[in-house]
Amino acid sequence: MAELVISGNYAQSYAAKLARVQVVSAYPITPQTSIVEKIAEFVASGELPAQYIKVESEHSAMQACISASALGARTYTATSSQGLLLMHELLHWASGARTPVVMGVVNRAVAPPWSIWTDHADTMSQRDTGWITFYGESNQEVLDTTLLAFRLAEHPNVRLPAMVTEDAFYLSHTVEPVDIPSQEQVDEFLPPRDLAFTLQPGVAMRLGSFTGPDMYMEFRYKIAKAMERSRKVFLEIEEDYRRITGRIHGGLLPTYRTEDADTVLVTMGTATTTAKGVVDALRAAGKKVGLAKLRAFRPFPVSELRDLAAHVDRIGVLDRSFTFGAAGAAFTEIAGALYPTDHRPVLRDFVAGLGGRDITPATIEGVFEELSADKGPEVAWTDLKSRREVA
Amino acid sequence: MTQHAVEVNSKHVPKYETEEDLPEAPIATVSSEVIHTASWRTFRPVINLTLCTKCNVCWKFCPDDAIEFDVEGYPVIRLDYCKGCAICAEECKPKAIAMVKEE
Repeated sequence: MAELVISGNYAQSYAAKLARVQVVSAYPITPQTSIVEKIAEFVASGELPAQYIKVESEHSAMQACISASALGARTYTATSSQGLLLMHELLHWASGARTPVVMGVVNRAVAPPWSIWTDHADTMSQRDTGWITFYGESNQEVLDTTLLAFRLAEHPNVRLPAMVTEDAFYLSHTVEPVDIPSQEQVDEFLPPRDLAFTLQPGVAMRLGSFTGPDMYMEFRYKIAKAMERSRKVFLEIEEDYRRITGRIHGGLLPTYRTEDADTVLVTMGTATTTAKGVVDALRAAGKKVGLAKLRAFRPFPVSELRDLAAHVDRIGVLDRSFTFGAAGAAFTEIAGALYPTDHRPVLRDFVAGLGGRDITPATIEGVFEELSADKGPEVAWTDLKSRREVA
Repeated sequence: MTQHAVEVNSKHVPKYETEEDLPEAPIATVSSEVIHTASWRTFRPVINLTLCTKCNVCWKFCPDDAIEFDVEGYPVIRLDYCKGCAICAEECKPKAIAMVKEE
């Protein structure tokens, strides 16, 4: 094990190298570019004996990864924002064909107006594509979760693609100390892929060809079941990762100071670290507040949220994207998860930090204040610049 | 007469009745030849062998691999797969292929 001071993007690159990826295909886009540039350096120097396929678009990059994965290769790509949106059709293909492609995504706002800063609208737009989806809080977590993603995606009980996302610039271009596991440790954790359900040269097989109404639904059900199984598999492999590296990040919904909390804020990505500081300050002032982090959005941590909600009075959701005509995506999912329970706490949505606007400690303090006072609308646009009363 | 680069098993078609019978991934282990795809054809290509020069251009352009060759090297339309797109007739230099309306 060695400690390097690296960006979140390089954490992705090192994870792909340690995973011994065999095929990488990618197209550059800010702020993702340095992930695949670093991998290109690894390939050029001979440190990573992989095929690096240069393509003319993100759509082709994903197609190249799906095809290589269908033949049994371990594949990786990375993208962001508009590039991810261009891939959208192929994201469905990757899960439908059950190809365990792993992808790094740098969360960035979508245009127009043009923006290159943090926002979760790009990945939230992919939530129905059948991809396992993680949101990273730190560069260390990005590296560790990417390694977990390979093992989870390729697991015989899962076989689904997985993406590991990180917030633009807050992680992608900010350097932090990161423990890099040794190649021996990663080799122990991540064995080569098994080749079940892969295409074989010389054997006539068809992947994803026409299926009528008689059996299409059953193939979809298989994806649904695999995604359900991935919950348990993830907890098992994270425990195995802890055994080997000594590190664990706390499952699908890590919590912070929630034991006796009456008010809990649910966060995603880098806003979590800011919110932890605010929770500490409010705790010091005697407030019973806590925090839960949506580390995984797919599979959605339904049972974890129900366990948490069973002993709190209020839950606030910090959404870094908005579904027009509804509410923040995390809010609606949490509302759906908690409706069938006996104890339903007050649930409020706080839309904040769109297009890279800083979510500061003051922002979070204001959210806790509104939440605890039981005032304000069900869905609030936090820190909005407006002369009107914001409703 | 069609040449296959890979081993094709068109005889044994597995029967899928429920979700449990299906492979985990949507992989078929039989060739797509078992699926006849010509039911919506409106015009059928008919080859005039006295004009045909065996140049193979029709076979090269057929988007569905629906043309094979007889022992003398003349093209034969595989009517279980031909959708009647008429690309072969369009491309045929000696105009040996006529599109005839299906009954």
